Amino acid sequence: MIGRLEGLKSYLLPQFLIDRDDYRCIRCEVCARQCAFEVHWYDEEEDAVFADESKCVGCLRCATLCPTNALVVRHNPTQHPPNANWTREVLQNIYKQSETGGVLLTGMGCDTDYPIYWDRIVLDASQVTNPSIDPLREPMELRTYLGAKPDALKVGRKGGKPSLETRITPQLKLETPIMFSAISYGAISYNACESLARAAAEAGTYYNTGEGGLHRNLYKYGEHTICQVASGRFGVHADYLEVAAALEIKIGQGAKPGIGGHLPGEKVSAEISRTRMIPKGTDALSPAPHHDIYSIEDLAQLIYALKEATHWSKPVSVKIAAVHNSAAIASGMVRAGADIIVLDGIRGGTGAAPTMIRDNVGIPIELALAAVDDRLRQEGIRNRASIVVAGGIRSSADVVKAIALGADAVYIGTAALVALGCHVCQKCYTGKCNWGIATQDPYLSKRLNPEVGARRLVNLLRAWSHEIMEMLGGMGINAIESLRGNRLRLRGVGLTREELDILGIKHAGA
Amino acid sequence: MKIDVDHHAGLPGVFMRVDGRVKINARHLHYRELNNMIKGAASEGVEEIVVENVFGQRYIGSGIRRPVRIVIHGVPGNDLGAFMDGPRITVDRNAQDGVGNTMNSGLIVVHGRAGDIVAMGMRGGRIFIRDGVGYRAAIHMKEYRKLRPVLVIGGDTQDFLGEYMAGGLVIVLGLKGGKGKRSRFRARHIGTGMHGGLIFLRGEIEEHQLGKEAVAVPATQEDKELIRPFVEEYAGYFAADAASIMGSDFLKIYARSHRPFGGLYAY
Ligand code: SF4
Ligand code: SF4
Repeated sequence: MIGRLEGLKSYLLPQFLIDRDDYRCIRCEVCARQCAFEVHWYDEEEDAVFADESKCVGCLRCATLCPTNALVVRHNPTQHPPNANWTREVLQNIYKQSETGGVLLTGMGCDTDYPIYWDRIVLDASQVTNPSIDPLREPMELRTYLGAKPDALKVGRKGGKPSLETRITPQLKLETPIMFSAISYGAISYNACESLARAAAEAGTYYNTGEGGLHRNLYKYGEHTICQVASGRFGVHADYLEVAAALEIKIGQGAKPGIGGHLPGEKVSAEISRTRMIPKGTDALSPAPHHDIYSIEDLAQLIYALKEATHWSKPVSVKIAAVHNSAAIASGMVRAGADIIVLDGIRGGTGAAPTMIRDNVGIPIELALAAVDDRLRQEGIRNRASIVVAGGIRSSADVVKAIALGADAVYIGTAALVALGCHVCQKCYTGKCNWGIATQDPYLSKRLNPEVGARRLVNLLRAWSHEIMEMLGGMGINAIESLRGNRLRLRGVGLTREELDILGIKHAGA
Repeated sequence: MKIDVDHHAGLPGVFMRVDGRVKINARHLHYRELNNMIKGAASEGVEEIVVENVFGQRYIGSGIRRPVRIVIHGVPGNDLGAFMDGPRITVDRNAQDGVGNTMNSGLIVVHGRAGDIVAMGMRGGRIFIRDGVGYRAAIHMKEYRKLRPVLVIGGDTQDFLGEYMAGGLVIVLGLKGGKGKRSRFRARHIGTGMHGGLIFLRGEIEEHQLGKEAVAVPATQEDKELIRPFVEEYAGYFAADAASIMGSDFLKIYARSHRPFGGLYAY
């Protein structure tokens, strides 16, 4: 006998408590209207606003919009009996599962405290010798090209002028080494997709459709769009392949390595059905593997199928979740013909993933990146594909460290959504995002104006790009190219010998 | 792309024009060269492209968006018609894996058998295979509005027929060598994870051969009317006896639910 227990008092404690300063509260009911989880309500008889805290997800929409700052949302301080083993999270999870019989679901990236190596790595700067450069006065190059680079360049002469004889395969041109990660229409609202598309076009970079197809209205941003081909093949058809600047085969994602996904039928609205090209209201299942890919040879077959279908006009990227043997897999991916390989670390975000998978499967991106870059260099094939890393890039400093560790560029997903207003409440899978991002409810999604959203994203990229230039200048470097894989400019702090070896960096002081 | 017509037929890659048709000799050609020539001819607007001596070249028909006829003599390689949107392909021998992978529209007729994952993720168009097919035929086939893919298999199939199937129509005739002899289906895990579409099997299966997400019932006369035009089309291509095929009993297999994973999660 399994099934949800109805009508009984739940053993779950509210995760958050809400303090309302009654003196400040002007009964405007903004909080009540803003909360899709229906936490707040106004009682006319008592002329007071109440809250059902058991429903609160901690997204802070109410506290942010309350005109009088009357609200404080705080973590419920109630203590479970002290126990390092049977912690609050463990107990609450078991209560929840015993009441529902369901798999624990969550959103965004892994929130457990695995080491964040970015925070254990420091950057170098020039002092006395090799003078630093001021990016405000001197040229500084962040432009990045993604795609296979030839083993050597052959230059000949044409009409007395030097001309390049080597044929360069198609490349993506980025004005800053930051792109927006794959996030599907379905996982996020149309307005969020449009914000990303417009921002990518304006900033001279790319966003990624994820596996949910491309909405017709966004075809005009095709030159700045990377279209994904995932195991479900949703919305993959000739126009979609043609309009993209690059195609990306999604093998895995950091938040849920090794498993497929599905968009529950209730989220498959009319518009999403049109974009994914599936009937309204059916579950959209993405099988765990691509069933035409059971080997590196099969991967090569799909890579070349896509190249052939698009007349060899655009780079093909392959994305995997960072796992134990990523280096060997990456070598296979490059040999299979991938022009770009994407590694998504354990902290990579998602619209929905089983909690146990998100928090326990995969490896931190820093280690995967170092291992993959090393391996491709050792094999002499590093030039044959660009490396893009994703999964937990939070700031321009993380970008600079990633590039010094060997990445060509990064993908940001969570950071981009935060720029749009996300408060990382991890409830994306409910479809009730109060910030208008992870929702298909028109009442909620219109809270995100794509024009404002695009501006916030462009601002973020501009600010990060400038910070990157400052850091480069500080090291006496005037082009991001010169930093790529330049691990001498990195030092570890508080890392073990083994960690330093894998990262290929020295300890600070050495 | 402009095509130079050369009349030294017989040499690899040589083009010939015969009564408005283009003939290509595929012997020793790499698939890229061959597909370039086929695409070039298609973009010129020819109606029919006859490709001779095909020997394992992949992706034929991919990346073409016109309803051009492509006649293949020989055995095409994997992913015949992958992502295809329009062409009508005939193969006079067997085909390999991935026929009609993620195909959107068009027609593929194979006068022989085909390998694994025929019609994977297929969303539109029709595929007719005279004999049997390998594993995972019609896996994740789907439909959308007017796009309704049809796969007709003359022989039988191996395991995982219609796995994850989300739409479309699959008809398995169980003919032996193109004759009326009905074979016993050995495939297991039929319709595993199925959540849409229909499979018609001419013959019987045991309960254990069916995935738990699929249901099999005897097809009614009304059900059979649904498949009649495609059985007749099959019979037309391969000179089979449509009336006798339609006279036998079919099983109809459909999805237990469009929401196989509803209620799986703790909200
Ligand atoms: S938004 Fe603030 S002021 Fe308005 S009702 Fe809620 S708590 Fe009171
Ligand atoms: S996108 Fe919305 S639901 Fe998801 S974590 Fe951010 S605020 Fe919460």
